[in-house]
Amino acid sequence: MTDILSSVGIVAPQVARFSTPITLRSGAVMDSYELVYETYGTLNADKSNAILVCHALSGNHHVAGVYSENDKYSGWWDNIIGPGKPIDTERFFVIGVNNLGGCHGSTGPASIDPKTGKPFGASFPVVTVDDWVVTQARLADQLGIKRFAAIVGGSLGGMQVLQWSIAYPERLAHALVIAAAPKLTAQNIAFNDVARQAILTDPDFHGGDYYAHGVTPKRGLRLARMLGHITYLSDDVMGTKFGRILRSGAFNFSYDVEFEIESYLRYQGDKFAESFDANTYLLMTKALDYFDPTHHHEVGNLSTALKPAKANFLVVSFTTDWRFAPDRSREIVKALLDNERTVSYAEIHSKHGHDAFLMPEAHYHDLMRAYMNNVAAGVTK
Amino acid sequence: MNGIIASPARSDFAAIARWVNTGAKVLDLGCGDGSLLQYLQQARGVKGYGVEIADDNIVACVKNGVNVIQMNLEAGLSIFESGSFDYVILSQTLQAMHNTEVIIREMLRVGRQGIVTFPNFGFWRHRWQLLQGHMPVSTELPYQWFDTPNVHLCTLEDFETFCNGHGVHILERLVMNHGQAISFLPNLLGSLAVYRFEQAIS
Repeated sequence: MTDILSSVGIVAPQVARFSTPITLRSGAVMDSYELVYETYGTLNADKSNAILVCHALSGNHHVAGVYSENDKYSGWWDNIIGPGKPIDTERFFVIGVNNLGGCHGSTGPASIDPKTGKPFGASFPVVTVDDWVVTQARLADQLGIKRFAAIVGGSLGGMQVLQWSIAYPERLAHALVIAAAPKLTAQNIAFNDVARQAILTDPDFHGGDYYAHGVTPKRGLRLARMLGHITYLSDDVMGTKFGRILRSGAFNFSYDVEFEIESYLRYQGDKFAESFDANTYLLMTKALDYFDPTHHHEVGNLSTALKPAKANFLVVSFTTDWRFAPDRSREIVKALLDNERTVSYAEIHSKHGHDAFLMPEAHYHDLMRAYMNNVAAGVTK
Repeated sequence: MNGIIASPARSDFAAIARWVNTGAKVLDLGCGDGSLLQYLQQARGVKGYGVEIADDNIVACVKNGVNVIQMNLEAGLSIFESGSFDYVILSQTLQAMHNTEVIIREMLRVGRQGIVTFPNFGFWRHRWQLLQGHMPVSTELPYQWFDTPNVHLCTLEDFETFCNGHGVHILERLVMNHGQAISFLPNLLGSLAVYRFEQAIS
């Protein structure tokens, strides 16, 4: 339920157009592209109160508020962003942006390629976290924001925050890296590849050019989402929420939906497959796999990679998150300590697994509020 | 710096501040709400981090403008590089540590010098309460036997014997009671002990 009193209310997305070509990490060049974004709150006179929110795998620019009075769904992080909320829109100018390659309005595989007049499909280049950060910086340039008061992100969003701190150390005062990791483990890449295989082997995938065939690889995308969902929840919360509960109370000795967990996962998978683009899902998982700030360094050492960072950091992890476990956040903290950076680290007790970063847990929000108060203290009124 | 420094909330703070060089790099283990570090930042311009386990204290530290790392001290200090601090402080926490030897060793690995403060179990009031047949309860030991977090209480003599046997060289000692320094019969008349030490040259 959205508390309308503390919501940013009805919001509308905007589109930023970029005609300066961008050379992506892969070497591919995009001559022009668009990014869709939303803003909440008011940018102050010296443009020093801007907060950028980076989204995760399936997120987008619609971070807070609703699109109409009857809109049942608010933005994906509405519980933390709004008037009087931990990221207070009465003090900050908050920006949500859909990343390049997304499927919610920014140029992506489903967009029309101006060269062919057809959807990009398989020809859309693979984008990386580094590329996203470059395009986000260009959006900041367009909005006249030289330096963010803070950049915030969870999961894949946290990786973008890390990359910001390395690529543009002067352009952010604070970095909030939540439920993230400095790079994926083999296990994490493995999960992503199973998800990709589900999509790539769907007969409706058509090598990525399914748009022309009037179909979408829903079965593959649904499986990918079901698998992802398992890894975002903790064993504990799955057990308490669903346990071994049977929908009809007895075994049917069939392969239909019997256990509540099956029903839940299939519902989540179906809902996602209806609304998300499979090519974007492939891109996002690839961006996750490739992210590794130590990649450019011979030593492969995170402390060396984070040497350029100047921001003050808040690193947050969640006890039952096994996809981006607390140990991974501690690697980031250690690298920051090695560089004598200003950093605080909190390990939040939660039963919600990786998804916990989206939950309005009281202690987590108290911490975010306290930290954002410090961010606000460094901003001109 | 605005020149106004709040008076230290605890009597051992001022003593520690006197021992810490201006601009030093300080690690405060079991830093609570961060008030010691906040005091040292204001009084001595130190750069520091606190280590704390309790959720409420993490938020309090952030509110107090103190860097805090949430982790369990009992698991060691492997997140900190050797020799990365000038001082490692363990204020009113030693007596609650399960693995005393490991934490003292880790303090001297990570820091050049260690500073500990702890309640003196040999304080006369504590002895008197024991003579009367009860576990001591005092300002320094405010817990009942059944709810105390303290597992390794010691006297000044005990701590110094420990240091002798563990290659720890004591540089300075301050014994206090009600905020006053005690030099006469400290193990009997002092309620709070503050020590500064380093690795003994073997």
